[in-house]
Amino acid sequence: MSDNPDFTPNEMMTIAASRALRNDDVCFVGIGAPSAACNVARLTHAPDITLIYESGTIGTAPDVLPLSIGDGELCETAVTTVAVPEMFRYWLQGGRISIGFLGAAQLDKFGNINTTVIGDYFHPKTRLPGGGGAPEIATSSKEIYITMAQTKRGMVEKIDFFTSFGHGEGGDHRKRLGIDTAGPTLLITDLAIWKPDPATKEFTVVSLHPGVTRQQVQETCGWMVKFAQALDETPAPSELELTTLRDLQARTKAAHEGSGKAKAA
Amino acid sequence: MVKFLPLKQAVAENLNDGDAVAFEGFTHLIPTAAAHEAIRQGFRDLTLIRMTPDLIYDQMIGMGMAKKIVFSYVGNPGVGLLRRARDAIENGFPRSIEIEEHSHAGMANAYEAGAAGLPCAVFRGYRGAGLAAVNPNIKSVTCPFTGEVLAAVPSIRPDVTFIHAQKADRNGNVLVEGIIGIQKEAVLAAKRAVVTVEEVVDNFDDLHPNLTVLPRWTIAAISVVPGGSHPSYAHGYYARDNAAYLEWDEIAADREKFQAWMQANVIEKSADDFAARVEHLRKAA
Repeated sequence: MSDNPDFTPNEMMTIAASRALRNDDVCFVGIGAPSAACNVARLTHAPDITLIYESGTIGTAPDVLPLSIGDGELCETAVTTVAVPEMFRYWLQGGRISIGFLGAAQLDKFGNINTTVIGDYFHPKTRLPGGGGAPEIATSSKEIYITMAQTKRGMVEKIDFFTSFGHGEGGDHRKRLGIDTAGPTLLITDLAIWKPDPATKEFTVVSLHPGVTRQQVQETCGWMVKFAQALDETPAPSELELTTLRDLQARTKAAHEGSGKAKAA
Repeated sequence: MVKFLPLKQAVAENLNDGDAVAFEGFTHLIPTAAAHEAIRQGFRDLTLIRMTPDLIYDQMIGMGMAKKIVFSYVGNPGVGLLRRARDAIENGFPRSIEIEEHSHAGMANAYEAGAAGLPCAVFRGYRGAGLAAVNPNIKSVTCPFTGEVLAAVPSIRPDVTFIHAQKADRNGNVLVEGIIGIQKEAVLAAKRAVVTVEEVVDNFDDLHPNLTVLPRWTIAAISVVPGGSHPSYAHGYYARDNAAYLEWDEIAADREKFQAWMQANVIEKSADDFAARVEHLRKAA
């Protein structure tokens, strides 16, 4: 996929996502790809970033990536740990979160996400875990970043269920529902960086990762892709970014395979 | 007033067929031993309430004990799907179950409303979300002061709540530490609460005054079950058995493998078997 053999598309995705976070962000972290990106940001250019997991851990700094949103290390390294109702009422609903960082099973071009069902809700072909915190993260965080690897099954013209609301049908749909937060402002995939068109809110490719072609982006996306007129190339990962990510993943692998032996709660 | 009881007796005295029951624990302190005891006693037609039904509800659903589940995330945390729950929802096996699905914010607010003695919870939620269209218990109210339209859900009032906690003192007061999740609200929202603990200590005199302590008169029964939340963890006692969560994905994928595992690891075991399961996960210090 890439001309450069020195990094994988997934590493590029995680590192590109990490760069979008700022040192003063207060980030509500989704598990999986968002969690890796947020911690790479914390370990490189954003050491003071506040990472919040929905288990109630505020300002956490884990040494390994948590397998779940409630791993013990999140609590041990947090500035404070609050009860779940407080998490959702005071901190999320209260407007304290600058970035909600979500992954997606199914995504459409307006940043609406489905992690609930494939098929009909009452007679599902595949029952997925559901929304968890996402429905309110998507509307109460000031902005939403989304990260996922591109596939035709994942990036679809029409999602089967609106687990969390992005820009709905596009345009001013959020405003019409009385939602005053910005919603999805950034999508980082393994091939490209996307931003919503200012008027239509449709995700548009603004930067291709090194070595990636427009055709590759289209072949792995279920909707007709729009490209910005001035298309950038995403800077390749730096030595520091790559080393940080790989060390983090190696520590994580060792800890999880070790049945928790490596680090007790 | 709280009674210290063997787990078998605590479950038998407090759980009934047809009850609405919450076995709560937000990734941490999951009351696995209590759930396994309920499975051994073979209760039927339960309404299972939990924000994050994970392995124990997959097991109870797979054993045909649930007529309904109320939840906000029906997954194996960090691993993927719950395959026994999926089989019930997708195929009606071993029986069809009713589902009532919320978001975490919805469930958390509903438990808090239950603890607060309110009939419903009001919060800013479900805006644009598909759940509002498929769950008739998600409604809206208009703020009488600002006119803002807010979400409303009925409060959660379980017949009985089970939780696991670090310790009780000799009088039966209970300390919960670390990721405290929704445990306090789930206990105070319920008609009866049963708590399993890692240990009993003489007193709580040396505790910081603002810790989460459930007074003894909020609890019906306490059972001492070291390791009782395995493969979840107990902060300060033992780590999460991540490998067990990964293994569950394979066990639950197959109906016969599941039954064989349940027979060997739940039906033929007792609460006394939990301590050995966490031995390798205890802190070296």
